Amino acid sequence: MVTNSDTIIKIEHLSKAFGDKVVLDDINLDIRRGEFITLLGPSGCGKTTLLRMIAGFLKPDSGVILMEGNDISDVPPHRRPLNTVFQRYALFPHLNVYDNIAFGLKLNKVPAAEIESRVRKALKMVSMTDYEDRDVNSLSGGQQQRVAIARAIVNRPKVLLLDEPLAALDLKMRKDMQMELKQMHSELGITFIYVTHDQEEALTLSDTVVVMSDGQIQQIGSPIDIYNEPVNSFVADFIGESNILNGTMVRDREVEFIGHSFECVDEGFGNNAPVDVVVRPEDIYIIANAENAKFTGTVKSCIFKGVHYEMFVETDKGYELILQDYNAFDVDSTVGMFIKPSDIHVMHKERTCNTFEGKMLADNKVEILGAEFECENCAIAEGENIYANINFDRVELLDNKEDGIVMGEVVFILYKGNHYHLTVLTDDGEKIYVDTNDIWDKGDIVGISIAPSDLHITKRV
Amino acid sequence: MKKFFAQSYLWLLLALLYAPIIIIAVFSFTEAKVLGNWTGFSTKLYTSLFSGGVRHSLLDAIENTFTIALVAAAASTILGSIAAIGIHNMRGRKRQAITFLNNIPMLNPDIITGISLFLLFVSLGVTQGYTTVVLAHIAFCTPYVVLSVMPRLQQMNPNIYEAALDLGATPFQALRKVIIPEIRPGMISGFILAFTLSIDDFAVTIFTIGNQGLETLSTYIYADARKGGLTPELRPLSTIIFVTVLLLLIVINVRARRAARKQENI
Repeated sequence: MVTNSDTIIKIEHLSKAFGDKVVLDDINLDIRRGEFITLLGPSGCGKTTLLRMIAGFLKPDSGVILMEGNDISDVPPHRRPLNTVFQRYALFPHLNVYDNIAFGLKLNKVPAAEIESRVRKALKMVSMTDYEDRDVNSLSGGQQQRVAIARAIVNRPKVLLLDEPLAALDLKMRKDMQMELKQMHSELGITFIYVTHDQEEALTLSDTVVVMSDGQIQQIGSPIDIYNEPVNSFVADFIGESNILNGTMVRDREVEFIGHSFECVDEGFGNNAPVDVVVRPEDIYIIANAENAKFTGTVKSCIFKGVHYEMFVETDKGYELILQDYNAFDVDSTVGMFIKPSDIHVMHKERTCNTFEGKMLADNKVEILGAEFECENCAIAEGENIYANINFDRVELLDNKEDGIVMGEVVFILYKGNHYHLTVLTDDGEKIYVDTNDIWDKGDIVGISIAPSDLHITKRV
Repeated sequence: MKKFFAQSYLWLLLALLYAPIIIIAVFSFTEAKVLGNWTGFSTKLYTSLFSGGVRHSLLDAIENTFTIALVAAAASTILGSIAAIGIHNMRGRKRQAITFLNNIPMLNPDIITGISLFLLFVSLGVTQGYTTVVLAHIAFCTPYVVLSVMPRLQQMNPNIYEAALDLGATPFQALRKVIIPEIRPGMISGFILAFTLSIDDFAVTIFTIGNQGLETLSTYIYADARKGGLTPELRPLSTIIFVTVLLLLIVINVRARRAARKQENI
């Protein structure tokens, strides 16, 4: 097995399912020695599962985890040279602070004198000197977390795993601990693998951020790359605030969106290619003088956010944009805006319409999504395999779930300036993408219906 | 006025509940052969209870009762704790099913448990005696231990076992150094419960004790009562057992209260 000597952990084709639910789907990841890497994603994206597999608490269904070139997939957790800081601290309630920290050293038969000095050093590192004899139950959340960190680092692991260690702390304490963790990382020089759902925390702490969703890695990159060059609309939406809009790449260096044509720096998309455009709210420049601007709009709301004002502006062509500026603009006033070419981020569209595999049935009916749908004027023989294409805006969502042909749950909502782009997960586990002007909430159960004329059937070979 | 009636109702109820025990306790301090005759204060019955001699078989029965209770309680504490850990690690329907199966023996009438164990031992051709009584007691005490250990496991932070493994403990070391200290209070309560249940038991014991002349307290008293009239020494004995059980109950309650207070502080 060839591994770069700089790679401490190499994950190859790792997959895991709990029952029918796939939680990790073919994960590949290289972790460099000494790196601070963060697994970031919404709850249920598989990040904690991945961490637990690295720690050895879960076995992968397939794929391998290599540590310094050796496959550790079958090594039990107590023989892996890494330690974990758990989200709910997981201190041993029957032991005091000192014995909690000394737990691992005692198991490894470290001489008593050395245990003593190492425990003291670890306590000093987490600023908990003089707390040795305290009962761990009497400590505050932040103090318990410090003890948990000391308990892990005292064993001098090659890799430290941290599972949302700051999630249970209040904001102020969390900020302080973030700084301390970062400093600890540079002092210890060991690899940190950090799991969080907090994108700001991930950007603040990490050398590398791994954005995950639905058991798959969406993007791996430095915090700056992830923020400025998101690879898809999920990453753009999840990391920070953003305007995500439908656009068309007219030709190289020219993109059209919100009804205007803009100069940009992207090339190689082809002519008139449909794209997603991301513009960060702080990258839209806003001026009171509407005449010299690229495009104009009306301020709909203006909220003070501390350092800046956050405004919603409706543009001349009816798109709603979020933007941030140090100056406040009056609600209902007309403003001018422009965007620098380098601040426009263009992404390939992942898809332009829904496509489902299915089968032709008799009487102009097709079987897709585990149900029968009617279609029109299909000249395909019964029993043939087909593809069914439906445009995003032709899928009808119904309040009453019984009224639809199939049922689904709204799992992801993206605002695209003048409409919502929803991801609806059907009972069959298929995803339907829907463009709508109606407001739905995440978690809504909806009925799904498609008019026969909107179903475009082609033969599948 | 209302309060007065409420109070007197309570006291009346308590008096009715405790009258038989109090009567036995009072009459344990007199020498009369027949219960109800007061022939002056004396502790003779207490001394003759422990001096052996005539009542040698009663002392044997007491000794058997306590050794059986100790062995059965110890064994069911170990079995029950292991079972509780196993059940705790199960998920979903399997866990529900096993918990249900664990509850049935506790709801099952003792007489049924006794008869079925009797038939089991007979069909296996096992000579009934000390061993069969101990086995039978282990069988009906274990579910109670499971029941008293489970809540401790549920309160436990689920990550601490993993934390121990992560720090280099083998699964067995993690069990010994982390899980057992955590569930120890539940194990102790379970042991005490099993111990008192075993001492108390008659229905299961009578069916599994065999005919080799082995007696426990309950079977001795039963046989004695059938022979006509209760041996007077049973009065001090009942009193001693009652006081012992009372003390044990107080200990259990104080422990539970202390644990609850500790929980609140966290």
